[in-house]
Amino acid sequence: MSVGAPRALASSGQKPITEILHPLSAAEEPLSATVGGDKQEVGLTNGTPVETSSPASTSSLFNRLQLDDDLEADVRDPYADSSETRDLFVTVDDPKKHVSTMETYITYRVSTKTSRVEFDLPEYCVRRRYQDFDWLRIKLEDSQPTHLIPPLPEKFVMKGVVDRFSEEFVETRMKALDKFLKRVADHPVLSFNPHLNAFLTAKDLNKRQGLALLSKVGESVKHVAGGYKLRARPAEFCAMGEYLDTFNQKLGTIDRIAQRILKEQSEYLTELREYGSVYSSWVGSEDELLRPLEGVAGCVTTSCGALEDLGENMSQDFLPVLREYVLYIESMKNVLRKRDQSQAEYEGRLEAAILRKQEDRTPMPVEVEKCQDKMECFNADLKADWERWQSNKRQDFKQLLTGMADRNINSYEKSQAAWESLITLLQDKQTEDKTSETN
Amino acid sequence: MAEDGREESVAADDDSQHTAEDGIHSLNNTMVEEGPTLLRRMEICVAEAEKRSGKNTVNMQETFTVYLIETRPMDALAEGRNPAPDSLWRRYSEFELLRNYLLVTFPYIVVPPLPEKRAEFVWHKLSADNMDPDFVERRRVGLENFLLRVASHPVLSNDKILHHFLTEEHGWKEVVYETGFQAKADSRLKALSATFRVRNPDKRFMDMKHYSDELQSHTSQLLRARARVADRLYGVYKVHGNYGRVFSEWSAIEKEMGDGLQSAGHHMDAYAASIDDILEEEEHYADQLKEYLFYAEALRAVCRKHELTQFELEMATQDLISKKQQHEELATGIVRTFSFKGMTNKLFGQEAPEQREARLKLLEELIEEGEEAVKDKTVECEEHVEKAWVDMQRFKEQKDKDLREALINYAVMQVSMCKKGIQMWSNAKECFLKM
Repeated sequence: MSVGAPRALASSGQKPITEILHPLSAAEEPLSATVGGDKQEVGLTNGTPVETSSPASTSSLFNRLQLDDDLEADVRDPYADSSETRDLFVTVDDPKKHVSTMETYITYRVSTKTSRVEFDLPEYCVRRRYQDFDWLRIKLEDSQPTHLIPPLPEKFVMKGVVDRFSEEFVETRMKALDKFLKRVADHPVLSFNPHLNAFLTAKDLNKRQGLALLSKVGESVKHVAGGYKLRARPAEFCAMGEYLDTFNQKLGTIDRIAQRILKEQSEYLTELREYGSVYSSWVGSEDELLRPLEGVAGCVTTSCGALEDLGENMSQDFLPVLREYVLYIESMKNVLRKRDQSQAEYEGRLEAAILRKQEDRTPMPVEVEKCQDKMECFNADLKADWERWQSNKRQDFKQLLTGMADRNINSYEKSQAAWESLITLLQDKQTEDKTSETN
Repeated sequence: MAEDGREESVAADDDSQHTAEDGIHSLNNTMVEEGPTLLRRMEICVAEAEKRSGKNTVNMQETFTVYLIETRPMDALAEGRNPAPDSLWRRYSEFELLRNYLLVTFPYIVVPPLPEKRAEFVWHKLSADNMDPDFVERRRVGLENFLLRVASHPVLSNDKILHHFLTEEHGWKEVVYETGFQAKADSRLKALSATFRVRNPDKRFMDMKHYSDELQSHTSQLLRARARVADRLYGVYKVHGNYGRVFSEWSAIEKEMGDGLQSAGHHMDAYAASIDDILEEEEHYADQLKEYLFYAEALRAVCRKHELTQFELEMATQDLISKKQQHEELATGIVRTFSFKGMTNKLFGQEAPEQREARLKLLEELIEEGEEAVKDKTVECEEHVEKAWVDMQRFKEQKDKDLREALINYAVMQVSMCKKGIQMWSNAKECFLKM
């Protein structure tokens, strides 16, 4: 399923990710995960609406389309070839509440379209709940320890504090789950994982046995038993670690700033509403000034509405993505630690083997070679994933920040339109009055 | 705001309509000469403000601000000449003195207000200091506005004291005091705050008084709400400045994203800084509202003056009636109402005929005086009603026009603010796209 006319798109230069065509037909999408408050109907040449969601799944597509010279990173992308033909598309949508005697929970529809031979059918549609996503993630971590697994939204929420069934919470969580799945489906290695296949296709995930055990133990199963100390970490991995720490810090700051802005805006909104009502109450004692006063009150109300929407959007779309990246950073740091462990184990065994060799001339044990292989694989996978992660991060933040700018612009535009039409109205009346005076 | 005198000079030929209006007004002004308002004959402006030091009335050193009033004869300008303006310096207290004089001398006029004495309805960043240059500048504008309004008023503009104020720097204060207005000023203040019951006030004036209360209430509410809104808006913009800093720090660890982030950060800083100018401009709107807040007071005072004259008339009428009654009783011997004299007469016998005659005579004189008083008071009352009603109508028209314009200008300011915001965010967006 290759894209129709991508070249034409690319020549238009820096297009935001939301305008790049995505081949996945999303005709029945009730909740299009449009980021940036962009409600445009972007369509394919054949007229089907386009799903404009997580850039992670389209990043490699985007990379291929971009002709900018500053995309050297993508040229280095070792997985660039496999992205030539996208053949696995997934979507998470349609949340539904299930009430049983034991519990109440939400399920989501997971739709798959694929041409891969690993799948029996070209299309699948199953329902999954958060637990199932969690299961998948754990399985992926266990079976692909050298790879970076995308994060899931927070598992536990304080029952008293957050309403787990509120529309906003469910929608935010759903968007994050959608992103998670798309990132996995986009990954050249993870997307072929049999657990993913099961997750996407099985009617009933046979996972109940051992889930409780695995969820606690799973993380450490593939973990090398401690005790090996790392000698010298290669510079590139040190740099990665430092970068992650600083980046984490900056994300935290941005989160705080965004929250502060929301708070200030909310307080401003309160005062603005009060301000508008003073104009309304003044109307009662005036006659000639009735229209301008009412008009101003109306414009203030419109501005309040625009501001309210801005706040809601920022809170629903902006903050969760920031927090998701914090989780991503945690994941990445974990992988770095595992890599360190793998290197430590290799170095430890190597040292022991050398000592023994010196003593009784036994050849290099196979385990040591295996360890070396493992470590070198790990390093290679990690480097490749790192590049990929950096590239995705860049797209994600480009989209996030552009979205923030768009929302603010949108808010101002609504307000401006209201004030401008008031001016026109009042000035027209003025010329009306003047002409009737001189007559 | 007030008519721009300079604009009017070009249309000096088209005075006929205006003179006719003046004619109508001056029909009721026995003490004012006919003719176009002062503003048509003279260009007035308050050009500058300066700090001075000097000794005050209690011989203590103080710093105060003086304002330069410049005047130029309009006909010279119309002829194309450009003579140097006459000028003199006045301080705020002198303006106050002028206004107090006008209030007392023209109690039937809604006298234009002065800009506020102290900065009120201040939002936090704005200084409440009288010496602050922004405050001084706004006050300069307000004083000029006051002079323009007074000089274009059909009645006030012809006052000689006003002329003196504009042309004679020294000795003006003495001239004002010589008019003896101070004595009237004190009684006026007392009357304004006194409570008395009027039996038959003119309903239109009662309605107008009620309106002035409404106007005062709404403008002050609006000013307070606006200050709070300004405060909050300031906070919102300034917090965005933090993005500038964090983007800059973040750009340091990024390769491809660095430039875009850095530039976007600068735009966020610019956005945060833009609120200062926006809010400074909005102060002009606040000043316009304040003018009408104070105008409401002046309107109320005119209504109160009516109540006072009406009350005095009623008192005088009442007094006359009672005197006539006393006279009648004394003349006919029939007591209609209780009186102490009547009682004592009954108890102790009537007085001697000569005494009675004397008292009758006295009463007759008092009645004559009383009738004069009632006649005078009636004229005073009617004149006040007539003149005040005319001026209140003029005021209403002016208020409707001015406030309408102010609201439109406010809308224009809001559009400008939105446009600026869009510009800033669009700039930032472009940088984000380059990331």
